[in-house]
Amino acid sequence: MKFVCLGYFDEQQFNALPEAERQSMEQCCLAYDNELRETGHFIGGEPLGPACNAVTLRMQNGAVAVTEGPFAETKEVLGGILMLEARDLNHAISLMSQHPGVRIGPFEIRSVDPEFAEKMERGGKSATA
Amino acid sequence: MSGDASFQSRMDQIYRSESGKVLASLIRLIGDMDVAEDALHDAFTAAIKTWPQSSIPENPAAWLITTGKFKAIDVLRRRSRRHMLEPELQRRLDEIESANHSFAEQDIQDDRLRLIFTCCHPAIDPDIQIPLTLREVCGLTTEEIASAFLTSRSTMAQRIVRGKKKIQEARIPFSIPSTAELPERLDSVLAVVYLVFNEGYSASAGQCAIRFELCSEAIRLARAILSLLPEPEVMGLLALMLLHESRRSARLDDAGDIVLLEDQDRSRWDQELIAEGRQWVERAMKLGGVGHYTLQAAISCVHADASSAAQTDWNQIVLLYGLLFRLRPTPVVELNQAVAIAMRDGPEAGLTRIDALLQRGQLQDYHLAHSARGELLRRNGRFEQAAQAFELALGLARQEPERRLLQRKLRMVESSSGVKRA
Repeated sequence: MKFVCLGYFDEQQFNALPEAERQSMEQCCLAYDNELRETGHFIGGEPLGPACNAVTLRMQNGAVAVTEGPFAETKEVLGGILMLEARDLNHAISLMSQHPGVRIGPFEIRSVDPEFAEKMERGGKSATA
Repeated sequence: MSGDASFQSRMDQIYRSESGKVLASLIRLIGDMDVAEDALHDAFTAAIKTWPQSSIPENPAAWLITTGKFKAIDVLRRRSRRHMLEPELQRRLDEIESANHSFAEQDIQDDRLRLIFTCCHPAIDPDIQIPLTLREVCGLTTEEIASAFLTSRSTMAQRIVRGKKKIQEARIPFSIPSTAELPERLDSVLAVVYLVFNEGYSASAGQCAIRFELCSEAIRLARAILSLLPEPEVMGLLALMLLHESRRSARLDDAGDIVLLEDQDRSRWDQELIAEGRQWVERAMKLGGVGHYTLQAAISCVHADASSAAQTDWNQIVLLYGLLFRLRPTPVVELNQAVAIAMRDGPEAGLTRIDALLQRGQLQDYHLAHSARGELLRRNGRFEQAAQAFELALGLARQEPERRLLQRKLRMVESSSGVKRA
């Protein structure tokens, strides 16, 4: 089954690290992603650009309002997402607890809603059916 | 079968002893707690109908699981569940049908253990883990659990529903964790078992039957875990609970007031439970890798070995608390060690340590820290300060039996010091 893993980290703290350390952390993450890919557990993922470039959309007074910055007001921001294929939650936990990314910030593991996922796959045709 | 009454009582007994195992196996096969519970009841209904004609099978649990399995297939076919899609449903049905299982005793027991690990999964809110375990693993009714935790039936029912939903939607599996994860996961299971026990044992509990039931359930759970995972800490926890249980009838007087360990009538301690507890402590110690439950049980053993409080080997207790502090450096462990040091070296030695704790800003809101301090001050003849400490403790204690104990102590030091408060 599919899980989406959301990797959070403290951008300021990470950027304050020496260049060499950041490079080696990135290399470790890429290497582990590859390991997951080879075993068929990595089904997609993207690293995110800095949170200061984010915009957040929300409905205000009947119109879409755009504000700068990420929605959540926390020190830790979303740094990347990884789509994981795993047997079950225990399997997902054990795969992700070996991910080097967990050393720089928390990972949130969310199971995919299978019903909605299927609707998405069918292009929303059944949403009105 | 001779007579309806004997059949009925045999059925009651089978329900009590087998329903937990049968439910655990059905949950693993079906992967849905609600459908499994319905299937369990259907299976028992079928048994009541057919067994009088055909006699009770040799392995009733296996019969009930097989029957429950087919009942579940009917249930699943009948209801196209909202969250279950056609292909998923078909896959599930194929899986259940192909589960051509011999249902040997060992497999059935393993299913129970799987279910314990599922209900105590760290992804489930800790407040929900306990009621869920009591409901699904121990088979207590929602009413019983609600009355044990002094909440309403509807609140408890909501918690249990939330827990089941979480298992389903977060994809928490019905499985025993892998060797790598086992130690950490076993810790959380043992913590739940001990919390169940303490809920039944705590002073606020009063003497209602359901409370005793919680203690026996916790001990039963620990035995079940131990038979499958003979780990030293499981032995330690079982020993700790048996040793606590051995003092049950001595720890409250007829008025329901607390009797402190040193004042208890030791002839009322249950020697059989003590002997079994001691055996488990010794086995755990031999296996090595001793953890905090085993150390606490060992401390309990030292108390059990003494014919009176004065005869207690306080030096041994101080040393054991020292080891416990290395594993669990908490202020409460430090406080307990300070009390043991006071028993060994006199009140002043203990007071110095408790005062240091309080000055570090630790345990200031913990009523037992102030009552221990009051007790040591009283022994030193510093009655006015003792009264102040007991008053502080009284302001923090929530449980009625503990409050009554503190009020008694307060009156005692007030009359000793000649201080009379309006």
